[in-house]
Amino acid sequence: MATFPEREPVEDIGLDETIKKLTPERIEKTILKVLNEESAARLKVYVNTCVHCGLCSNACHFYNSHDGDVKYAPVSKVKDTLWEMIRKKGRVDGEFIRKASRIAFTECNVCRRCSMYCPFGIDLAYLILTVRRICHLLGVVPQYLQDTVNSHAATLNQMWVKPDEWIDTLQWQEEEQLDEVVGARIPLDREGAEIMYSVIGPEPKFLPQLIGHMDQIMTVAGMSWTVPSLDGWDNSNMAMYSGDFEIMARVERKHYDKALELKVKKIVMGECGHAFRGAAYDGPKWLGWLRPPVPLIHAVEFYYDLIHSGRLKIVKKYEEPITLQDPCNIVRGKGLGNKLRYIMNATCSDFRDVEPRFEHNYCCCAGGGVINCGPPWKTTRVNGNRVKAEQFRATEAKVIVTPCHNCHSGIEDIVSNYKLDMHVKFFCEILVECIEIPESLKV
Amino acid sequence: MGEQQNWDWEVGERLVTDLAEWKKAFSDVYDEVVSPDGEKMGAIVKGEEGLTCCVNGSAWEQTYEKVYSVKFSPDNRLTAITMADDEWTTVVDGAPWEQTYEYVWNLRFAGRGGAIAVQTKGDDGYGICLDGKAWEAGFLQIRDYVLSPDGRRAACSVQTKELAEGDIFGFLEGGWSVAVDGKPWDRNFLNVWGLAFSADGAKVAAEVRLESTVYSIAVDGKPWDASYGCVWEPCFDPKNGQVLAPVKIESGWILACDGKDLWGRSFGQLWRPVFSPDGSRTAAIVSPSFGRWTMAVEGQAWNATFGDAVTDPVFSPDGRRLAAIVKDKNRWTIGVDGAAWGETFDMVWRPVFTPNAKRVLAKVERNGKFALALDGRVVSGEYDGLYDPVIGPEGDRVLVKALDGGKFYRRVLRLGDL
Amino acid sequence: MDLYEIVRGPLAWAALLLFVLGTAYRIVSMLIEARRDKVVYPYLSLKYGLRSLMHWLIPFGSVNMRKRPVMTVVSFAFHICLLVTPVFLLAHIILWDESWGLQWWSLPEAVTDVMSVLVVGACAFFLIRRIVAPEVQNVTFLSDYVLLAVVVLPFLTGFLAYHQLGPYRPMLILHILAGEIMLVAIPFSRLSHMFFFFFTRAYMGSEFGKVRNARDW
Ligand code: HEM
Ligand code: SF4
Ligand code: SF4
Repeated sequence: MATFPEREPVEDIGLDETIKKLTPERIEKTILKVLNEESAARLKVYVNTCVHCGLCSNACHFYNSHDGDVKYAPVSKVKDTLWEMIRKKGRVDGEFIRKASRIAFTECNVCRRCSMYCPFGIDLAYLILTVRRICHLLGVVPQYLQDTVNSHAATLNQMWVKPDEWIDTLQWQEEEQLDEVVGARIPLDREGAEIMYSVIGPEPKFLPQLIGHMDQIMTVAGMSWTVPSLDGWDNSNMAMYSGDFEIMARVERKHYDKALELKVKKIVMGECGHAFRGAAYDGPKWLGWLRPPVPLIHAVEFYYDLIHSGRLKIVKKYEEPITLQDPCNIVRGKGLGNKLRYIMNATCSDFRDVEPRFEHNYCCCAGGGVINCGPPWKTTRVNGNRVKAEQFRATEAKVIVTPCHNCHSGIEDIVSNYKLDMHVKFFCEILVECIEIPESLKV
Repeated sequence: MGEQQNWDWEVGERLVTDLAEWKKAFSDVYDEVVSPDGEKMGAIVKGEEGLTCCVNGSAWEQTYEKVYSVKFSPDNRLTAITMADDEWTTVVDGAPWEQTYEYVWNLRFAGRGGAIAVQTKGDDGYGICLDGKAWEAGFLQIRDYVLSPDGRRAACSVQTKELAEGDIFGFLEGGWSVAVDGKPWDRNFLNVWGLAFSADGAKVAAEVRLESTVYSIAVDGKPWDASYGCVWEPCFDPKNGQVLAPVKIESGWILACDGKDLWGRSFGQLWRPVFSPDGSRTAAIVSPSFGRWTMAVEGQAWNATFGDAVTDPVFSPDGRRLAAIVKDKNRWTIGVDGAAWGETFDMVWRPVFTPNAKRVLAKVERNGKFALALDGRVVSGEYDGLYDPVIGPEGDRVLVKALDGGKFYRRVLRLGDL
Repeated sequence: MDLYEIVRGPLAWAALLLFVLGTAYRIVSMLIEARRDKVVYPYLSLKYGLRSLMHWLIPFGSVNMRKRPVMTVVSFAFHICLLVTPVFLLAHIILWDESWGLQWWSLPEAVTDVMSVLVVGACAFFLIRRIVAPEVQNVTFLSDYVLLAVVVLPFLTGFLAYHQLGPYRPMLILHILAGEIMLVAIPFSRLSHMFFFFFTRAYMGSEFGKVRNARDW
């Protein structure tokens, strides 16, 4: 029998301190409530149908990156958490909850690759999210992730961005763009515009130039668009991943309320995968919508439409060898793999595709809230994705395009840890270098 | 509101202003807005000196480095937020408020007196400035705010306790409250959202989070005895001042009144309760089954349901009829008393009833052009731009404010002729 | 009534009844409970459900099957033999004929003989895999061995009885009993994957295809 190393202890007050307050009664009651009241047929059937065959194991980048360490096989993660809770009818202790929380929050990106490897199509990510729900109700959530969720709750954005800071950032970016493109205004709260543009909290906080890029793209393409100046501008949602579905729903509701209030025809969102998932599926579902009340278009699809229809003309190609990260939530989550390659080929002369790709891509290992668990868990995340580094290395590219914020940050860590000598870029950074700015719009 | 009786209700058409003229005078004209009475068009304009606002072709004297949030107040005054020399303030009909700030945003109006309010960031923190009068003490952070119906008071969700980055335990102790006219409630909560004033402006209700997974409704700082898994925005009964709010219980969402189930039935979702003008009837947007939406009046859901959304419920002045915007299969129309109009549109705006409640009028959009629809039928020409139609106090005329070929017209039409 | 008659008569009836009723119960209660999972029915799609099932019912129709050729071959051989042998075995058809006058086409005895051996062999493979492959070992419980035994026994005893290895009549009784146990076990154990498979796969196929515009194989 192969033996595998034990997990290194990791300190996180979100787990270590919180379990001290748990009582056996509270644990039992909470688990039973989630199992019996909040879940129904799917949970039961999935648990009863799994034949313990282990065929899902090689789906997971954690498992593959740890040379087949069994504790990272998808089914093992469910076994060590949910099965045990079911078997013991909720009578587990705080120490168990700590471990379950660690597994569910830091060793699974709920990326759903394993559902494509399990012959029964068991949704292991859903089972892991059920564990997270239990952990949330018990208050045992990694500190940094919980802090992000607290930000969502207090400010309805992910990064504690204050209302004035948001508008100020937009006006600053507008000013920068006005120096480059005529009429590159960011229209605030323009009722009746065609498009509402929404972003994720980290953009105004750390990457405001991305908003500027979108301003330029919208202006050059001549779109009728608007950006909300008040809450509802943030489409991201870490509460979906912490299991705090009430806060998740509140955030998504605000986002759509804003779009309905602004009377736009659709929402275009920036390059983020998890935000797409929350806004397209998990949020609406909880609130009672089968599909979003206002159509939601991911940036990749938007760029595709603009390039394909000729609204944006590509006059220059990006020449450095370049490769791509397929973000799970828009490729496995929305089938945008082909459109993504279309825009890559349209703008890059030396695009080197990855293997495996499309729905079979490997997750960046940052998604699913894992990167939001913060510095204590960075090693877990980076070590859990050696296969990603190998995949990129094989392309011998110099640049990696990541049309998702989680992928972007996660892959930056992977690049530096595995010394890949590559740069990570959002697609809009490539796009603004390649598009034609018509004479009439030149400053 | 501006006194509508005093507006010009003479049937006929008048060219108010021609934007082409503006464009000759200014290098840039944008964010056009129209006064409620249709007598004025305003916009941000860029001249040699900088940015300012322009009304019917004549610009304000003063120019600014930044101008945004231009709006007409209900009593037809053009208002904007401006910045010059790094000082932000509010300008009303060209006259700036005395007090300047590090930042000013979220301009709102309320009441017959035409109250104007903004949120501000100053040296001593965040606050609200209502009709030029600022709150005394600044807060660490403020979020959403509301004005009382008479426009005399303001309430805002405020952060009352400093929270260090990553302090997840501090957060659980509660650091948010509601400040009314600058004075916070004496109790903190984890979060507060969805503030509402009572009709007389005396009381404030809000959604509050008591513990990480426990929510309730608080009135003047005191939470209901009952608590829930989730709640949405409360509202006051205009008759008796009782508080209503959608709350989530095991079987679904119910409309709770001071903690009790008002309608005696639950829905998959329920939000935005509204009262008829006389306060005798309640309605709310509900989802009777997953993915379907409709209106429920006194707990009774309409038979017709819609797949995408229902918004903007409006009672008729007599409270007997109810209209709302409905959306199905990505097409918009108006639903009235349980049935949707036959025609659908690319977009529809909030419907209005005639004073006798017989007819429903709404602005609609088709193929990028705007028109008026009356009881489901398009009755006006198609315009490049159209602003909220107003039905005259006698109920027989409608004020149409339309932009056509760059010219802004004010038309008063006889409803009977439509 | 001697033991043989009991297992052939009332017990066979009971097993069949339990199998049918148990299966019906499990499916119906799942269908009812699925209504509480609010997305299940709205997401279901015949087209995408069948599309996914096709890929997963055809050998090497999915990426993971291609990655694990041995497992795929063994698994398909196992399941086909497991389902086909009992139904088209001449000896079973004779029994149906004797009791009910029902007859249908049968497989040559030499073929069914080989197929039984294949089932037994496949079970041996599964057993070894369970012990040797760490990722399977890690999720193996006593119940997994018991289930394997439940599945292998009818075939093993049937093979032995047919070849008259060991005492014939006790072996025959054992065979019938084992078959009945397996039949009853299907709806009440993980063997229920026999029918749940079609639902879970079709649901996932629908969710991936109809809702998320993606493939799940
Ligand atoms: C049409 C019906 C069935 C389908 C589609 C089906 C499908 C599957 C699948 C996909 C697996 C996963 C592992 C593998 O590929 O071997 C499996 C395993 C298995 N099946 Fe079935 N099955 C069916 C009927 C049955 C029946 C009737 C039995 C026995 C009563 C059975 C016994 C088993 C056993 C014992 C395994 C376990 C392998 C192990 O221990 O790893 N199956 N089945
Ligand atoms: S990380 Fe992805 S593949 Fe691994 S267990 Fe989680 S959902 Fe499955
Ligand atoms: S592949 Fe599916 S059935 Fe097999 S162990 Fe994994 S989850 Fe269970």
